[in-house]
Amino acid sequence: MNRYLVQRLGFALLTGVSLVVVIPVVLVVAVILLKGFEAMSWVFISSMPHDGMKAGGIFPAIVGTLLLTFGTALVSIPIGVGGTIYLAEYARDTWLTRCIRLAIVNLAGIPSIVYGLFGLGLFVLFLKMGTSIVAGSLTLAIMTLPVIISTAEEALRVVPMEFRTVSASLGGTRWQGIRNIILPQAFPGIITGILLGLLRAAGETAPILFTVAAFYLPRLPQSPFDQTMSLPYHLFVVSTQVPGMPEEMQYGTALVLLALVLSMNVAATVVRSYFRRRRQW
Amino acid sequence: MVGPKVRIEDVSYCYDGRCVLRDVTLDVPPHSITVFFGPAGGGKTTLLRLINRLNDLVEGTEMKGRVWLDGEDLYAPGVSVAQLRRRVGMVFALPLPLPGSIRENVIYGPRLAGIRDQKRLSEILERSLEQAALWDEVKDRLNDSASALSGGQQQRLCIARSLALEPEVLLLDEPTSGLDPVSTRKVEESLFELKKSYTIVMVPHSIQQAARLADYAAFFLMGELVEFRSGTEIFTRPQDQRTEDYVTGRFG
Repeated sequence: MNRYLVQRLGFALLTGVSLVVVIPVVLVVAVILLKGFEAMSWVFISSMPHDGMKAGGIFPAIVGTLLLTFGTALVSIPIGVGGTIYLAEYARDTWLTRCIRLAIVNLAGIPSIVYGLFGLGLFVLFLKMGTSIVAGSLTLAIMTLPVIISTAEEALRVVPMEFRTVSASLGGTRWQGIRNIILPQAFPGIITGILLGLLRAAGETAPILFTVAAFYLPRLPQSPFDQTMSLPYHLFVVSTQVPGMPEEMQYGTALVLLALVLSMNVAATVVRSYFRRRRQW
Repeated sequence: MVGPKVRIEDVSYCYDGRCVLRDVTLDVPPHSITVFFGPAGGGKTTLLRLINRLNDLVEGTEMKGRVWLDGEDLYAPGVSVAQLRRRVGMVFALPLPLPGSIRENVIYGPRLAGIRDQKRLSEILERSLEQAALWDEVKDRLNDSASALSGGQQQRLCIARSLALEPEVLLLDEPTSGLDPVSTRKVEESLFELKKSYTIVMVPHSIQQAARLADYAAFFLMGELVEFRSGTEIFTRPQDQRTEDYVTGRFG
C-alpha cells in the first residue's frame, strides 16, 4: 500500500472518529428540541404545577435552579478566585501549598452523590440549616470550587511573568501588578472557569437531592432557609417517580434545563472570544 | 570629589549553590554612564537586578554583601522595595509595553505612586516622552495601543515609562538588543542626553556600544569583576590580560 493511500485512510478514520463525538450531541439536542417543543408554552414556563405535577408548569423549578445557581456563585466565586490568586501569585512552594493543590485535585474527583451526603451531614444536620437553599448552594459551591480554581489558575499562569516584573520595576507592589495588569489579562479565562463551574452546578441532581430539593412544592421559596424545586431533580421526578406522567412534561423540563445550561455555555464562549481579541500577547 | 551614587560592596550571589557573582565591589559615580560588559554568563544582568532588588522575585537564591544608594543600605530591613524601585528605574532587553495605550504605559508608575492630578500626569507624560526622544513621533496618538508601535519606539516608550518616575538611577539591560541600527542610534543619543540628569548603569549590547557610551566600564568574567576603570582607559590600555584579550577580540 503506498503512503498516500495510508494517509488518506488515516484521515478518513480520524474524521469518522470525530464525527462519532458529534452524533450524540446532535441526537440529544434534536430529540429534546423536537419532543419538548410541543410542551413549550408561556403557561408551562410561568405557572405552578398542579394535579401531582401532571399538569401546569415548572415555574418553581426554574426559579429554584436560578436561585441555587446564584447562591452557588455567591459563595464559590469569591472563595475560588481569591484562593486562586493566592495560590498562583503569592504562595511559595511549601508542603502546605502542595497539600492545598492535592486537595483541590481530589475534590474534583469526588463523585457528586458523595458531595450530596457530605452536604446533608455538615450543612443540613450538623449546622442545622435544614434542607434549604443555603445548604444546597453551599454543597454545590464546594463541588464547583475545584473547577473554578483549576481553570482560573491556568488563566493566571499563562500571563507572561515579564508583566509582573515590569510592574514591579515601576514601583508597583505585587497586588498593584495583579490588580492592574494580571487580573485584566486573565479575566476571560477566569470568567470561563466560573461559568463552566456554575454550569455544572446548575445541572447536577445528586448534590441537591438531600440538601434542598423538594419533590413537589407548588409555591416559590419564601426564604433562603426554604426548600425549593429545581430543574434537574424535577426532571428525575417526572421521569421516574410518578406513574402516568405525560411525556411532554418530561421533554419540556429537559428542554428548559438544556436551554438554560447551553445559554450559559454560549455566554462563556462569547465572553472568552471577545476578550481574547483584545489581548495583546 | 562627589561620593558614589551606587556602591556595591563584596556582593556574592548564588542560585541553588551555583554562584553567578563572587565578591564584587565597585562604585558607580553619579551623572555618568557605567557599563557592565563581558561574555554571557558573567553575572552582569544579575548585578544590575540587584541594584533595584528585582531579584527578590526569584526564589531559592542567596545573597551576600551590601548595595548602597547614596549611602543607604538597600537590603537593610524596613527598606520599602516599591519606593526603592521608583528611585532606581529599569529598562529590559525586550521592550514589553503593558496592555493599554501609550499614555497609560507612561503614567503607570506615577499613578501607582499615588499621583491622580490629570494636569500633572500630562506634564509627566510629555516630559518623559521628550526625554526618551519619542514625543514628536507619538504626540498625536497618545491614546493608541502601545503594542502598535515599532520595536524601536516600544523600547523608547519603555525608557520613557521608567523616566516618568524621575528615578535617580536608570538601569538598562541590553536595551538595544532587539533594535535595528537606526533605532539603536536614537536610543544611544537619548542616553547621552539623559546622563546629565541621571546616573545610568547599563549592560551594553556589544563591545562597540560599550566603547561608544561608557564613561566607566566594568569587565565581568564568570561572576568575577576583572577590571573597573574609565571607559577610555579600559578600551585603550586595559591592565588585565583577560580584559585585553576580550577587548581585542581574542575570545568572547
